[in-house]
Amino acid sequence: MTALTDLGIAAIRDGVRDGAFSARDVAGAFSDAVEKGRGLNAFTVETPDHALAAADAADSARASGDLKPLSGVPLGIKDLFATEGVATTAGSRILEGFEPRYESTVSANLFAAGAGMLGKLNMDEFAMGSSNETSAWGPVLSPWRRSDRGNAALTPGGSSGGSAAAVAARLAPGVTGTDTGGSIRQPAAFAGIAGIKPTYGRCSRWGIVAFASSLDQAGPLARDVRDCAILLEAMAGFDPKDSTSLDLPVPNWEAALDSDVRGKRIGIPKEYRIDGVPEEIDRVWERGIELMRDAGAEIVEVSLPHTKYALPTYYIIAPAEASSNLARYDGVRYGRRALPENGNLTDMYEATRSEGFGPEVKRRIMIGTYVLSAGFYDAYFNRAQKVRALIACDFERVWEQCDLILTPTAPSAAFALGEKSADPIAMYLNDVFAVPASLAGLPAISVPGGLDDQGLPLGLQLVGRALDEQGVLNAALALEERAGFTARPEAWW
Amino acid sequence: MSVDAATVRHIAKLARIAVTDAEVEALAPELNNILRWVEQLQEVDVEGVEPMTAVIPNTLRLRDDVVTDGGKRDDVLANAPAAEHGFFAVPKVIE
Repeated sequence: MTALTDLGIAAIRDGVRDGAFSARDVAGAFSDAVEKGRGLNAFTVETPDHALAAADAADSARASGDLKPLSGVPLGIKDLFATEGVATTAGSRILEGFEPRYESTVSANLFAAGAGMLGKLNMDEFAMGSSNETSAWGPVLSPWRRSDRGNAALTPGGSSGGSAAAVAARLAPGVTGTDTGGSIRQPAAFAGIAGIKPTYGRCSRWGIVAFASSLDQAGPLARDVRDCAILLEAMAGFDPKDSTSLDLPVPNWEAALDSDVRGKRIGIPKEYRIDGVPEEIDRVWERGIELMRDAGAEIVEVSLPHTKYALPTYYIIAPAEASSNLARYDGVRYGRRALPENGNLTDMYEATRSEGFGPEVKRRIMIGTYVLSAGFYDAYFNRAQKVRALIACDFERVWEQCDLILTPTAPSAAFALGEKSADPIAMYLNDVFAVPASLAGLPAISVPGGLDDQGLPLGLQLVGRALDEQGVLNAALALEERAGFTARPEAWW
Repeated sequence: MSVDAATVRHIAKLARIAVTDAEVEALAPELNNILRWVEQLQEVDVEGVEPMTAVIPNTLRLRDDVVTDGGKRDDVLANAPAAEHGFFAVPKVIE
């Protein structure tokens, strides 16, 4: 018999419903896996009692015929989501000891749908990072290892690195992530799993620790496309508590899954062929194109002329919004306080923030403060918002020629911890393919496309029109069915 | 545009982050590298382009002006590093 921890969301849901196993057994098996997986540092808090309580509720619901969409499914929750009574730190020392008195809308939606929580997932501090190395609680280790270069510890990607590692290592069948500039898709690619960022506004941001509010979106990471559809359906929905939440019904994405992409036009943007990208990235992209063609889709070369400006635009807008959002960490209302002897209020603010924030967060707050400061606002921030409009306009135009865009998810496979941490810009470049869809608010998914020469997963990204999560999921399913990706990391932890 | 040590100190002051001399020294070149890199946006023709305000067209909603929540003083104060008599407590501000 298959181990319970080898089952995905759909298989667990169906198995609990059909009585193949109890929800309690599932929650117990995953809680044990979480405990055994501590060496990966994927979880910041373990909450087996939460998972078991939800499982018991699921088992009684089955007896009484009241099963909910996620009854019996235990999940990991990224530590960016406020969870009532459970430590929520956003990977930062400044939120050490913070136990929210409220539940984020997305996690509340998941729990209302019957899911339980296995624990909180480690992440880059305030979601600012692409390798998980900025977490105050130490980096997450990827469960993957290179086949031919010893045992270098690899990054699971970031910022949702704990999320991706937990799914890849079978510590959780599915998890929440958030994506501001690739933080769901890049870790999903590095970990050989699927992850979708929906259209901006689909998931409520209420109760998610804010990084860059015009970009932040929650989404699921799971082992396959169907599981992502199931989780996203439960996470999404209108929320009056988020002013940018879209007041639209949530489609039945799972029920409408269909891998028939015959006649769909898949755009291949020529600007995504950039110098210095390893040949194996081009190879997996070519393979993706072939698979889509094989599935009956029409391949069209398209142009997104402002692509090269997406990253610099992002690195003005995101820090600017972050500098404003993170002003709330003042040592007064929650989290840590540092008070120098005989210090006044300003001394307290400055010491609290100096001790509480890590170097990358400080760097971004400083950049953001600078680009918003008097005399520089127009040259930097306002100009970036104009370029952002041009980038969104590129996509608008391209939708006249194609239905979806296919690109690699990241410009490399997972790199080793420490390899890029000395050079902020080298780290930022890792999100070169992910950031444009974020700036335009479009739905985008990453699915495994294959392995590189060292046996590490490489991801393929599909970007769709605003609100066309269905198109994105369906094409991703077509890729998934044809890619035949079955590799998984061997348990060493 | 280049950031010098005095500017770094000024930004840090605006951001309310205490910085040591060593940090200022390290931050100046880091910030300059990033600013030089984003400088490439100057070459984009943005003549007549409206700055983006919303990625997905949306309207700001209005709701009825009624009390929908409240009475949660203890919840609000529960995570404060210092709270006294139902208030947040901070170092003395008025001499």
